[in-house]
Amino acid sequence: MCAQPAAQHDHEDDGSRTVLDARDITRALTRISHEILERNRGASDLVLLGIPSRGVPLAERIAERMASVEGVQVPVGSLDVTMYRDDLRLKPARTLMPTEIPPGGIDGKVVVLVDDVLYSGRTIRAALDAITEVGRPKGVQLAVLVDRGHRELPIRADFVGKNLPTSLAERVRVSLEPHDGVDAVQILETTPTHGKEAAR
Amino acid sequence: MKRHLLSAADLTREDAELVLSTADEMRSLADRPIKKLPALRGRTVVNLFFEDSTRTRISFEAAAKRLSADVINFSAKGSSLSKGESLKDTALTLEAMGADAVVIRHGASGAPHRLAHSGWVRSSVVNAGDGTHEHPTQALLDAFTMWRHLGPRNGGTLDGQRIAIVGDVLHSRVARSNALLLRTLGAEVTLVAPPTLLPVGVDTWGVETSYDLDGVIPKADAVMMLRVQRERMNGGFFPTAREYSRRYGLDGRRMATLQDHTIVMHPGPMVRGMEITADVADSDRSVIVEQVTNGVAVRMAVLYLLLGGSEPAHTEGDDL
Repeated sequence: MCAQPAAQHDHEDDGSRTVLDARDITRALTRISHEILERNRGASDLVLLGIPSRGVPLAERIAERMASVEGVQVPVGSLDVTMYRDDLRLKPARTLMPTEIPPGGIDGKVVVLVDDVLYSGRTIRAALDAITEVGRPKGVQLAVLVDRGHRELPIRADFVGKNLPTSLAERVRVSLEPHDGVDAVQILETTPTHGKEAAR
Repeated sequence: MKRHLLSAADLTREDAELVLSTADEMRSLADRPIKKLPALRGRTVVNLFFEDSTRTRISFEAAAKRLSADVINFSAKGSSLSKGESLKDTALTLEAMGADAVVIRHGASGAPHRLAHSGWVRSSVVNAGDGTHEHPTQALLDAFTMWRHLGPRNGGTLDGQRIAIVGDVLHSRVARSNALLLRTLGAEVTLVAPPTLLPVGVDTWGVETSYDLDGVIPKADAVMMLRVQRERMNGGFFPTAREYSRRYGLDGRRMATLQDHTIVMHPGPMVRGMEITADVADSDRSVIVEQVTNGVAVRMAVLYLLLGGSEPAHTEGDDL
């Protein structure tokens, strides 16, 4: 990893180009962690909820950074939004991912939703619906590793790792340890498909 | 998954494991303040019950309602069915009302299959028990209960687990569905019953059979007791209830021979004092009440996987 000082715009064998490497991701998450702490004046009342699958390891890493900065362990959970999606009926029934709300619940807390890529905004809309059925937080904020634009709903992120202007024909692939064995954000040139990455 | 759930044999191992893992997520809903999910909003589920049932109908109704589906209950008593309407005409009525799923319980083996494959209805058909044939959602909830209790000490699967199913196998749709499903999931099933209460052709089920309860249960990881279905009996299957109870009932003495982790199950309704004594039914090993809780989660999973998307969930075992 350390032997790649400038991975930007490197073209890989599969036609993808890496826009963030492991160290870029680490720096972005460190900055996001500090920004969340700054905005909320500390880590009390915070709950981090990752959206499966890639949002969960991101939320855990942000919590680790916060623990090293503030010395407070922020509760981390996961929130599956599958059943709240507006395109549920358009595809075969999808496998559910785990929803784990931390023991303290979210009532009266500031929930920070964490996801890998912000695209149409529809996932976040579904997540907001899911949150209302779990409890009533004091506020909801959104942290994403990559904002690739093309919003279809009036939704914006509070904390962004990298703004990544993309065309609709491109796909953004986020790989994270230990899930994918490597940390990277890549852009793939492709025709628009209805595949998983295109839906993000 | 197939569009209908008619038999436990319709489920591949991937399908069955998908139902179990989905049910696990559904079960966590019970801990939330709002026990409702929007997945089936605007869909209609019809409970079509030609035979008496309490827990299965209520369980399906709770499952459909927690997924925000509209539920129509249709029972034979007090409807046109008691005036002599045929299954076909009832089905055409349901079709005209726009049912997305029909959950059917019928006294005749094969009625759900007829409903699903006759072209009368376009909806998904879920078998909630047909005659002495099958009861696949009961098998799924039993497997789910075993998986929750036995899975953690067995690598998360039921592979190689020994399951004893004891009692009136002949009249039991639960036993047949369980035998089929548990075999798919890798468990080793032993049916224990008097010779008169084992069905013809049981040797083709791929399970062990035994007449000796005391020889089987010390090795079992789960013991499932079945009710003696006297309403389906018209002959002498055993000399007296007391003799049956002595030889095939689970009492405190027999329970003491079980391994420490072994669970005791019963699909209900149970007849205390016949196939199971009260002290066993109320003991720490008994998961009979939990089976009912799990029944709602499993039926939610089945309804979600059949109706939640544009078509049933895909699994690796599907031909696409």
